[in-house]
Amino acid sequence: MTAATLDIPADVAGRPGLGATIGQTLSMAWRQMVRIKHNPFELVDLSLSPVMFLLLFVYVFGGQMAGSTTDYLQYVLGGLIAQNAIFLTMYTGTGINADLRKGVYDRFRSLPIARSAPLAGKIFADLFKQVWSVAVMLILGIIMGFELRSVSGALLATVVIVVFALAISWVSVLMGVLADSEEKVQIYSFVVIMPLTFTSSAFVDTSTMPGVLSTWANVNPVTHLADAMRGLLSSGPIAEPLMWTAVWAVVIFAVTAPLAMRAYKKKMV
Amino acid sequence: MSHDNAIETEGLTKNFGALVAVDRVDLSARAGTVLGVLGPNGAGKTTIVRMLATLSEPTAGTARVGGYDIVRDAPHVRSLIGLTGQFAGVDELLTGEENLRFIGRLLGMPTRDAKARARELLAQFNLSDAADKAAKAYSGGMRRRLDLAASLVGRPRILFLDEPTTGLDPRARGELWGLVRSLVADGTTVLLTTQYLEEADQLADDIAVIDHGTVIATGTPTQLKAKIGGQTLRIQPEDPAQLEAVGGLVTERFPELEPLVEAGVVTLGVNDDAIMPVLAADLRERGIVLTEFHLGLSSLDEVFLTLTGHRAESDEENETESETGQ
Repeated sequence: MTAATLDIPADVAGRPGLGATIGQTLSMAWRQMVRIKHNPFELVDLSLSPVMFLLLFVYVFGGQMAGSTTDYLQYVLGGLIAQNAIFLTMYTGTGINADLRKGVYDRFRSLPIARSAPLAGKIFADLFKQVWSVAVMLILGIIMGFELRSVSGALLATVVIVVFALAISWVSVLMGVLADSEEKVQIYSFVVIMPLTFTSSAFVDTSTMPGVLSTWANVNPVTHLADAMRGLLSSGPIAEPLMWTAVWAVVIFAVTAPLAMRAYKKKMV
Repeated sequence: MSHDNAIETEGLTKNFGALVAVDRVDLSARAGTVLGVLGPNGAGKTTIVRMLATLSEPTAGTARVGGYDIVRDAPHVRSLIGLTGQFAGVDELLTGEENLRFIGRLLGMPTRDAKARARELLAQFNLSDAADKAAKAYSGGMRRRLDLAASLVGRPRILFLDEPTTGLDPRARGELWGLVRSLVADGTTVLLTTQYLEEADQLADDIAVIDHGTVIATGTPTQLKAKIGGQTLRIQPEDPAQLEAVGGLVTERFPELEPLVEAGVVTLGVNDDAIMPVLAADLRERGIVLTEFHLGLSSLDEVFLTLTGHRAESDEENETESETGQ
């Protein structure tokens, strides 16, 4: 043994600053992207359900809903993009849940990095999947006969999806941290997301719904997001649904992000 | 800053609900040495490591790692330590090289430095050939080595190894021991938990024996072996009725030994090989025929038997409670 004492450098790092936190979040996101590189089938996997929904809704229900499948496609594509974005956030929770159980987060938490970096990195990387899915659905929609309003509208719609997903991902993070298995995250998400997306204007005009349901459907965040998508991608008002979408995103984020961070810190005690 | 003790705990306690997982534990590890924490499953070893590595806060008591308080100065502690847990914290989809490069980037190394450090560690841990294979294709021993390498990316001064060789075959275990020795030779302080007396004996400068969350014995391997008998002598008479006679004979001859008469066998911890021929002669003289007369290295079970009077039963009830408690 050469040294009987432990030499600690005088400049031992304390809590990481904002710059370091952003760098760590990007590194965490990098890990997620490398995972996709090694398992590209994941992208096919997550495109499967939006593609199926789009084909089934348009060609099975379309004629009955709007008189022609092409007319219904103009209405429903925005709604399906909104619904799919919300479903996709579920994978953020399941991924975090898996990492938590496998001990990967123990390693992260023993490193001198920001506590929020692993969660933020995962959310950030999953936004790539959101962009990918919007692109897949738009391209398929256009092939099927969707009349896109403008390219800038499509880009703006993608930005709106990304921002909204960024906010509501925290609901999924919260479930991922609290649930004791990935399957439970999936079940919880399904039970919440399915009724939430169907009691909205995503697939049908809310005015045909009975009183109470119609009232709810008109305030449902999915209605505003779906309307905003329709406005940006095909036709209809843009400003009002966009504003309500933003309000919902801020409210959901403000409530669930602190709860998720608290649950995450508490989980580790 | 300079400290004699790299790790120091005082009255460290952790409760999970009503269960006291760790009860007023005092430990210290001198800088540049290996402290072995020896105990059965559910004894509280992992809980101690988790607290020292700042993953979990103590219910009571204090601990300092590298001179920093594990609660108040947790971020500082994290920049000094490395942790290798029982469950490998590597990403199975990533290659070995990517896993290490990722940790380097997290620690703020420029990409080029992170790559160089990854290659260096892969070579040091004999993983260069598998550098570009996904970690899921690694064998158990390779995965543990990769996990250990991952905890070393930031060149920690203090390393926590939580049962690093559990589940490994003897060859892989030997390789890991070699790696730990070379780290200590470079001045790293190591806290190692283990269920194997042999492992603690091989690696540790000091050992703390833990049972039900409390420290029941401490000392150097030599001191502990002197106390508990480094070896165990098992004597089984052919006729079980002669069991008491065998026990009596041992006490008569060697009053300082405490033979345990149980399940048709007399067991005693011994330090002196010379006891064996003496007892053999005596037993023959009294006409006691033996079916077993065997001297072997004490197992953890026998250490516990000597120290506590009960076997090192893995405390499964507590284990599940502590898990749900988390």
